[in-house]
Amino acid sequence: MEALGSLIHGFGVLADPMNIAYMFIGITLGVLIGVLPGLGGANGVAILLPLTFSMSPTSAIIMLSCIYWGALFGGAITSVLFNIPGEPWSVATTFDGHPMAQKGHAGEALTAAFTSSFFGAFVAVLLITFLAPVIAGFALRFGPAEFFAVQLLTFCSFVGMGSESPFKVLCAMMLGFALAAVGLDSVTGELRMTFGSVELLRGFDFLIAVIGLFGIGEILLTMEEGLAFKGKSAKINAKVVWETWKSLPRYWVTAIRGSIVGCWMGITPGGATPASFMSYGLAKRFSKNRQNFGNGEVEGVVAPETAAHAAGTSALLPMLTLGIPGSPTAAVLLGGLLIWGLQPGPLLFVEQKEFVWGLIASMYLGNIAGLIVVLTTVPVFASILRIPFSIIAPVIVVICAVGAYTVHNAFLDIVMMLVFGVVGYVFKKLSYPLAPLVLALVLGDMAESSFRQAMLVSQGDLAIFWSNPLVGSIVTLALVMLFWPLISALLRKRQSRQDGGTQVIPVK
Amino acid sequence: MEHGTQNSDPVVSNRTMEIVVAGLFALVAIVVMADSVRVGNGWGSDGPKAGYFPFYVGLIMLVSSLATLAVNLWRHSGERTAFVEKHQLALVLQVLVPSAVFVILTAFLGIYLSAVLFIAFFMHWVGKYPLKTILPVSILVPAGLFVMFEIWFLVPLPKGPVETMFGF
Repeated sequence: MEALGSLIHGFGVLADPMNIAYMFIGITLGVLIGVLPGLGGANGVAILLPLTFSMSPTSAIIMLSCIYWGALFGGAITSVLFNIPGEPWSVATTFDGHPMAQKGHAGEALTAAFTSSFFGAFVAVLLITFLAPVIAGFALRFGPAEFFAVQLLTFCSFVGMGSESPFKVLCAMMLGFALAAVGLDSVTGELRMTFGSVELLRGFDFLIAVIGLFGIGEILLTMEEGLAFKGKSAKINAKVVWETWKSLPRYWVTAIRGSIVGCWMGITPGGATPASFMSYGLAKRFSKNRQNFGNGEVEGVVAPETAAHAAGTSALLPMLTLGIPGSPTAAVLLGGLLIWGLQPGPLLFVEQKEFVWGLIASMYLGNIAGLIVVLTTVPVFASILRIPFSIIAPVIVVICAVGAYTVHNAFLDIVMMLVFGVVGYVFKKLSYPLAPLVLALVLGDMAESSFRQAMLVSQGDLAIFWSNPLVGSIVTLALVMLFWPLISALLRKRQSRQDGGTQVIPVK
Repeated sequence: MEHGTQNSDPVVSNRTMEIVVAGLFALVAIVVMADSVRVGNGWGSDGPKAGYFPFYVGLIMLVSSLATLAVNLWRHSGERTAFVEKHQLALVLQVLVPSAVFVILTAFLGIYLSAVLFIAFFMHWVGKYPLKTILPVSILVPAGLFVMFEIWFLVPLPKGPVETMFGF
């Protein structure tokens, strides 16, 4: 009940008309970012972050998080109308959304997509409202060992839950940690890996990495595919929206299942992309119209969209309560908090009550504003997407360069952005995951300092990570996650041996 | 993603790229470990030294990259799949080279004029647009950025001799 009182206080913070204005600006910019190929949520927030330095932290985070919601919505427009997922988590939406558009039901597909996105996000915000204060209260008792254990679990989950080779996940992650270590060591004051360069004293800013990896890298990939936009037109009017809304309650099971999958994958760093695929797969598995999936089934749009939005939103839960972002975009938002002098983590709920609850309240209103904006402006955004790539591409490169420069007012950052762009392109083609790299770059310093503090407490004895049941179970779970690819391979082998012994059917 | 059309030759195979990238990772790992040893990777009088944590980061990276390297040296199945084909590489370079030139120009001309030249060149070269389309886009986009950053948000961006001439 205390959460409700705080939430009402949060809505009071939002009552400032400027904050409402920032919310709508954020949503509109976010949809634009989501629609344009090469400008994703993480990248868009990174570019626009410096613009918010002059605002109050509450207004700034409201605008930035609304960009995030907007980008989540925008991805659906390109998927349905153009069969181009503007964001990786919209890939599953193309499976049924685009066939619907081809059949002339683009309006229905988009309304279903936006409404289910809204539903997924709403469930996740409810979860944040009631769970975040509890987790934050619990985490207040954490020491350095517990914090490192949670961070370890986050990173090990990437290895256990990722679809890529575990060695590649580790390589990408360690590269992030190594880049985070460059520069001045905050504890001893020693210079690490600067090799005499003054420019490297600053270290590698994760914003530059995000802009390069996700912005420039994406442009190069899009260019390689020789992208040609062949879009379907969308007619969204009140009648189409109403008719679609009347049919949607039929899919309540799919929507709730999608939200649960999404919330789970968002809190653990599985992320929105696997959540959308998993939800789509489950919907197909349990649907009565299984055979119609892929040919334009509304359920095939509802499932990935609810999951993607639930995941995208709930990724903010660990960020706010533990200071561990659940997605690259949440990582960028966390970077913003640090820049504004706010320390994300359990203390935020005690020391910055107004800020936290203003943000949570903005999640409710931001998603309603998002739904209104996207339902009314689809034709405008669809027409932006019809601008040929040879115009959009250089404009995006220029915007990325501007974004990279404004982080530290340093020319080298623009060069680094381009280097990260090439790295992003190569990594994506070779299936090196980018998310763990970015998260390691963001959390590197924090993880290292909690590790060092824990080691200092125990005088170098690793047993501190099993010194009490809480830290012990988290670390053990982390190790299970880390070795999960190995464990699951062994289990499969054992299973197939058993099957081979009892059955005649050959195992695949 | 589909690669492999009959009319385009592969430039480099996936397997080669895997080996090269894993090798580069190993190299980075060695650099990280060497530097960690330089600053001290053990236990100092006041706790773990500066290189304590990065040393293990480097070590894990080295082991993982060697494992990826071994997997690719062992397996020959990736040999025939192309990492990038000739026409794809040409398309990628069509963006990458002008972008690199744009970045270099920024150091001398400032970001606004370089952006005008970059957008105009790209639209002319890749999009084959007539001058009447190129001019408004290439001038209005940087002008919009100028108004937004320099005037509204008071965020200075790199400027060159032309902006200085106009008193900025």
